[in-house]
Amino acid sequence: EERRYRSASGAPIALWRRQHSASCRELTVRCSRLQLRSLSAVTSAVWLTAYGLYVISENSMVLSAAIFIMLIGLIIYLHFVKVDQESLLVIGSLGIQVTSSYASGRESTTFIEMGQVKDVVINEAIHMQKVIYYLCILLQDPGDPQGIYEVVPLFQSSKPRLDCLIEVYKSCQEILEQRKTAPQSS
Amino acid sequence: MVLKVFFPSCCFSAESGILVGRWISEQSSAVVLAVVHFPFIPLQVKQYLSEVQRVTKVKVSVLGSWSNSKQEKEESLSEFLEDLGTIFSHEPWIQISREGGSNFWSCSTLQKHSNNPKEEEIILVYYDQRKVMLSHLHPPLDTAPSPDHRAGDASKLSAIFDTVANSKILFMTDRYDDGPIKLTHWQSDGIEASIIVELMKQASVPACMLLTCLLSLVSGICKSRVMNFWPLSFLWSKLSTCEQLGHRLQHLQLISSNKKAPNQTQLMRKANIFVSLLLDVALGILLMSWLYRKNRIGHLADTLIPVADHVAEELQELLQWLMGAPAGLKMNRALDQVLGRFFLYHIHLWISYIHLLSPFIEMILWYVGLSACLGLTVALCILSDIIALLTFHIYCFYVYGARLYCLKIYGLSSLWRLFRGKKWNVLRQRVDSCSYDLDQLFIGTLLFTILLFLLPTTALYYLVFTLLRLLVVIVQGLIHLLVDLMNSLPLYSLLLRLCRSYRLAAGVKFRVLEQQDGKPLRLLMQINPLSYGSVVHTYRLPTYSCYPKDSWTSLCKKLFLGELIYPWKHKGEKQD
Repeated sequence: EERRYRSASGAPIALWRRQHSASCRELTVRCSRLQLRSLSAVTSAVWLTAYGLYVISENSMVLSAAIFIMLIGLIIYLHFVKVDQESLLVIGSLGIQVTSSYASGRESTTFIEMGQVKDVVINEAIHMQKVIYYLCILLQDPGDPQGIYEVVPLFQSSKPRLDCLIEVYKSCQEILEQRKTAPQSS
Repeated sequence: MVLKVFFPSCCFSAESGILVGRWISEQSSAVVLAVVHFPFIPLQVKQYLSEVQRVTKVKVSVLGSWSNSKQEKEESLSEFLEDLGTIFSHEPWIQISREGGSNFWSCSTLQKHSNNPKEEEIILVYYDQRKVMLSHLHPPLDTAPSPDHRAGDASKLSAIFDTVANSKILFMTDRYDDGPIKLTHWQSDGIEASIIVELMKQASVPACMLLTCLLSLVSGICKSRVMNFWPLSFLWSKLSTCEQLGHRLQHLQLISSNKKAPNQTQLMRKANIFVSLLLDVALGILLMSWLYRKNRIGHLADTLIPVADHVAEELQELLQWLMGAPAGLKMNRALDQVLGRFFLYHIHLWISYIHLLSPFIEMILWYVGLSACLGLTVALCILSDIIALLTFHIYCFYVYGARLYCLKIYGLSSLWRLFRGKKWNVLRQRVDSCSYDLDQLFIGTLLFTILLFLLPTTALYYLVFTLLRLLVVIVQGLIHLLVDLMNSLPLYSLLLRLCRSYRLAAGVKFRVLEQQDGKPLRLLMQINPLSYGSVVHTYRLPTYSCYPKDSWTSLCKKLFLGELIYPWKHKGEKQD
C-alpha cells in the first residue's frame, strides 16, 4: 500500500509497504522525480552563458565545450547523484537489505546479516539550524553483544520526516521482535 | 527458528530423488549441494557420502527428499519418500515437492524428536551454484576483529560459500559416468574444461623450470663480489633503474617458483604480477619500436648536447643577473662577486665535461635505449636517471648554497645568544645564561653584525638554487609516481571485476520472487560484486618506494634552516 508524506526539505515523497510473508517485509521510499523545469532552467542558463562567452571571444569551441560539459554533467548526475527510491527489505532470521536505486537505473545494495544487527532506532541530529530525525541500524560484533561498532543511517537521500519514520520503525520492530521470542536451536 | 533451505538453481528440473548437502544447525539452514536419483542403494549412498566427507572435511549428509512430478501429487510416491526419512535418519527431514512444473513448491519438515510441535516457517533461497563455488567472499575492510573469536561466530554467508567451494569433488561426476550413484548438480550435464588452459598448464612446468635457472644465474651474478665494490655499490644504490630492475627480478622469481599458491590472495597476487609484467614488456617493446623507427633515437642524442648547453647558458645568465642588482635588491658587492665567480667556474667545468663526452653520447644512448624492451617502467626510470645526471650541477649548487646558508644561520643564532648573554648547554639541551669576557663580547658582536649584513646575499643565492632543485625534484617525482602506479596497479583483479564480477564478492543481495499464499517464501540470492575502489585497495601490489614522510610544516622548517632535503626516500635506505 502507498502513503504520501513530506521529506525534511518539504518535497513530497511516497512510502510503499509490502508484506511478502510473516517474517519478510519490504519498505520503499520513493523520492520526487527530476523536474523538467529545473532541468530546462539549468540547461538554458549554461547555454546562455556559453553564447555570451562566444559573442565576446568569437571562438566556437566555447559552444561545443558547453554542450559537452552539459551532457557529461547530466549523465554523471543521473548515474551517481539522483536517487529515485530507497528501499529496506527486512527478512527475519536472514538479515536486512538496503537498496538505493538511481535515476539511470543503477542499484547499489548492501546486505547486513541478522547476527550483526543489534537494533533499528530513530536518532536525532542537529544540522545547521534544524533538528533532523533519521532512522539507523546499530551494528554489533557477533562476539561482543554489548558494544556497537557501527551506525548505518538509512534513507539519506529522501530524508523522510518523523511520521514516515515512525511507520517504518514500527514495521521493522515487529519483525525484529520475532527473533527474540523464537527459541534458538542449539 | 525459521528454517532456511538454500537450493541450487540448476536442480529445478531434476528428477525426483533425495537431497544431499550440509545442515548448519546453529543457523537452522540447509545447503543443498546435489540431488541423488532413484534407483540407489542406501548403503552405497552412505558410503559415498562418508568418502566425500573424509576428503573435503565438509559434513555432507542426506537432508531430505525432492519430488518433481509432471502431474498432480501421487500418494504412493509421497509415502515412499516419508519412509526414506526413516532409513536416512536426519533431523529435520526436509520434503520439497514440485507439481506440474509450477514455480510454487510446497516444502515441509518432519521432526521426530521435537519439543514444540508448532509448524515452523520455511524460506527457500535459490542460488547459482557455479557462481557461488567460484566466488571469493571478501569481508568488509573495517570489521574490528574480536579478541575472542569463536569458530561458531563465523559469518553465516561465509559458511555457505565455504561449503559450496569446498565440495568441488562432489561435482566431479557427471551423468555420463557409470557409477552406482546418479547425481544432479551444476556440472552434471558434462564437466567443464578448456583445452587452452590444460595446454598452458602442461607447457608452464618446463617454462617455469627454465626461467628459474636463468633467474638464479642472473641473481648470482648480481650478488657476486665483483659488482659490490664500494664505488659501484654506491652507484647502484643511487640509480633508480637498478632498483626497478631488482624489483622486477623479484617478481619474476615469485612467478616462476614451482610451489602452488597456498590461498586465494597469493594466487591473485601472482596473476596480477604476471599481467602487469606482460603489459609492461608489451608497452616497452612498442616504445622501442617507435624510437628506433626513423632513427628517432639518433635525433634525440643529437638534441641532448645542445639542450645541456642551453641549460648551462641560462644558468650563466641567471648568475650574471644575481651578480648585478637582482630585482632591485642591493647586494654586498664583494661576497656577490666571489660567489658568482665560483659558480660560473663550476659551470665552465661542467660544459667542458659534457663536450668531452659528446662523441660517445649517441652510441651510449643507442645501447641504453635497447633496454626499453625490459619494460616501460625501466625506460621511465632511465629517463629519470638521465635527468638527474644532466642536472647534476644544479644539485651541486643547491648543496653549496644550502651548506653556506646553514652555517650562516647557525652562526647567527649562536651569536645572537651571545649578544643577549646566553649560551646553549649541549649537556642539558637548553639555553643557559653565561657571563662572557669583554673581548669575547666585542668579537662576538662584530661577527654577528658581519654575518647579519651578509645574510641577504647568501639567502638570495640559496633561494634561487633551492627553487631550481625543487623543480628538478618535482619532475623526477612525477616520473616515479607513474612508475609506481604501473608497478602497483592490480590489473588482473580489475579485469576480473569487469568481466567475471561474481568471482570477487563483497556480499550477497536478495530478491523476493513471486509469492503464493500458503507456500514458503521464495528468495533469489545473487552475488554483490566488490567495488572498483575496494578491488584496488585489497589487491594492490607492494612497491619499493614510499611517499614523502615529511609533512608540509617540517619541510618548510627544513628549508628555512638550510638543512638538505631528500623528499623521495626509498624503503631500503636508512632514515636520517
